[in-house]
Amino acid sequence: MSDAASVSGHSTNKAGRFVYVSGVVLLCAWVLIPLYLLLVNTLSSPEAVNSFPKSFLPGFDLGSLEFFAGFSGMLVALKNSIIVAAITMVLSILIGAPAGYALSRFEFRGKEVFRLLILLTRAFPLPLLALPLAVLFIRTGLDDTAFGLALVHTTLAVPFAVLITFSLFSGIPLELEEAAWTLGCTRLTAFTKVVLPLILPGITASAIFAFVISWNEVFAAAVLTIENRTLTAFLLQTLSESPLHLKFAGGFILVVPALVFIFAVRKYLFAMWGIANR
Amino acid sequence: MAVIEIKNVAKRFGEYQALQDINLTIEDQEFMVLLGASGCGKSTLLRIICGLETATEGEVWIGGKRVDHLPPKDRGISMVFQNYAVFPHLTVFENIAFGLRMKKLPDDEVTRRVERTAGLMHIDQLLQRYSGELSGGQRQRVAVARALAMEPDVILMDEPLSNLDALLRMEMRAELKGVLAESNTTAIYVTHDQVEAMSMADRISVMHKGEIVQAASPIEVYRNPAAEFVAGFIGNPPMNFLPAAPAGSGQWHVAGQVIEGPQVDRALRFAVRPEDVRPAETGLTAVARIVEPLGAHLLVTCDIEGEMFRAVLDSDLAIRSGDKLILAPQPDRVRWFDPETTKAVA
Repeated sequence: MSDAASVSGHSTNKAGRFVYVSGVVLLCAWVLIPLYLLLVNTLSSPEAVNSFPKSFLPGFDLGSLEFFAGFSGMLVALKNSIIVAAITMVLSILIGAPAGYALSRFEFRGKEVFRLLILLTRAFPLPLLALPLAVLFIRTGLDDTAFGLALVHTTLAVPFAVLITFSLFSGIPLELEEAAWTLGCTRLTAFTKVVLPLILPGITASAIFAFVISWNEVFAAAVLTIENRTLTAFLLQTLSESPLHLKFAGGFILVVPALVFIFAVRKYLFAMWGIANR
Repeated sequence: MAVIEIKNVAKRFGEYQALQDINLTIEDQEFMVLLGASGCGKSTLLRIICGLETATEGEVWIGGKRVDHLPPKDRGISMVFQNYAVFPHLTVFENIAFGLRMKKLPDDEVTRRVERTAGLMHIDQLLQRYSGELSGGQRQRVAVARALAMEPDVILMDEPLSNLDALLRMEMRAELKGVLAESNTTAIYVTHDQVEAMSMADRISVMHKGEIVQAASPIEVYRNPAAEFVAGFIGNPPMNFLPAAPAGSGQWHVAGQVIEGPQVDRALRFAVRPEDVRPAETGLTAVARIVEPLGAHLLVTCDIEGEMFRAVLDSDLAIRSGDKLILAPQPDRVRWFDPETTKAVA
């Protein structure tokens, strides 16, 4: 955009730059201001959060976070969230990475359809599936367990795991594997000695993304668990009766890991979208 | 110490016949070049020998052992790839040592072999670098060193020089030839570059549309092409062809001239290389169309009875576009082809 503007003269150049810069500023503000307010209120004392007028500078008071940690059930919910997300992470890589490898390395009938179907799993809204799932889970005894919820989260995360690992494997020339085969490797040792070291950072990214998907998911968590609620479901449940500073602290605890992780793996997400857009 | 025998090998990709009925024996320590245009099946044949591709039909024997059902690692071969395939997560040292470590050789033997082959390929200064820190030429050296360090019976190379620039390619060509001659391995080298093929090979197999058209020494392929395809593919500029009509008892009408040829009673094609004609008093009447001075020679593209004819002449000759030339073909260099089978006629 700035390239085109620089060709068409000084005044349009200036105007183009103005639009560009203000666009960037607006988008950043849209994302950053709520985050900032969240941060300010989390790091203020409960009294400051509930008082008026509000301060726009954080008080660096851990009162709200202490209250959050002390709130009954909150730490258990946090632990549940981590367990479910960890199981989701492991399962979606175990299922997604081999699928991604197969998509990138083998030619088989229905490959394109399969790729489309993977995306289509995201086309069904979870509320539609929630009731049948709940019934099924109660029958099989999976209801209200971390594993059961992780299964649902895995189905949500697998499409992304497949697409990310597919693009990772596609980025590794087949010739590297072939060279390993000619140098004494079997298919398996070529994978572990050559492919795996090369895609490990990407696999980690994909795993983290699965973790974040599970971490952020609220609907299935709220429907399928009662005692063993995850943090999102627990916060949703207590939202109406809990004090303001608890909401802020909970929101902050939810947002920060997701934000940090996504920021860390952004390079690989772009790669996935680049492939998915084709 | 390995003779390679390829017996009745065919390869189909679905409906597409990539290779048909390939029979070829490559002698121990021979340097065989598979030469052909892209899509002729030369890489497929190499990959079948290597074990990266399976033949639809036929057998591959290496060193008296049938190998077509063995994985690449059990065939006693090493391969050099077009894109080098140097492992980016390993140093040059570990790249060259990779296969040796897979063989579980003792550390001192690994070090000895790596240092020897690295010295041979002049990369002993680069052993601690990663592939990303190397130039294309250096990467190619690593790939060759890695293949040589395995001390294989057979070394297979798939267009190893085609990603290098022209000057480097010429340099590497000579070096590779020297290194391979000393290593006593049988080598199969795939290329589409006829200069590479001519300069390196003990024998060239010219491939076309999934078949081997001719397998012979470079000079034989050049002087006595077995088919029109070979004549037109090898040589720059390639061989000239003109229609010939029988004039009885081994005499042939070619562009109004009578030329001696084989005793056959059907129409043939007359062929001669551009450098095997000279301006003379009698001969083929040509009109010069394009004159290209190349320094050492003059490349003249002319017109003989509507057919294009190229001549490589002495650069001292003053020839301009539109000039009439009389070109006499050197009699012992004239070849004849059957237009129906496109095969050479003696």
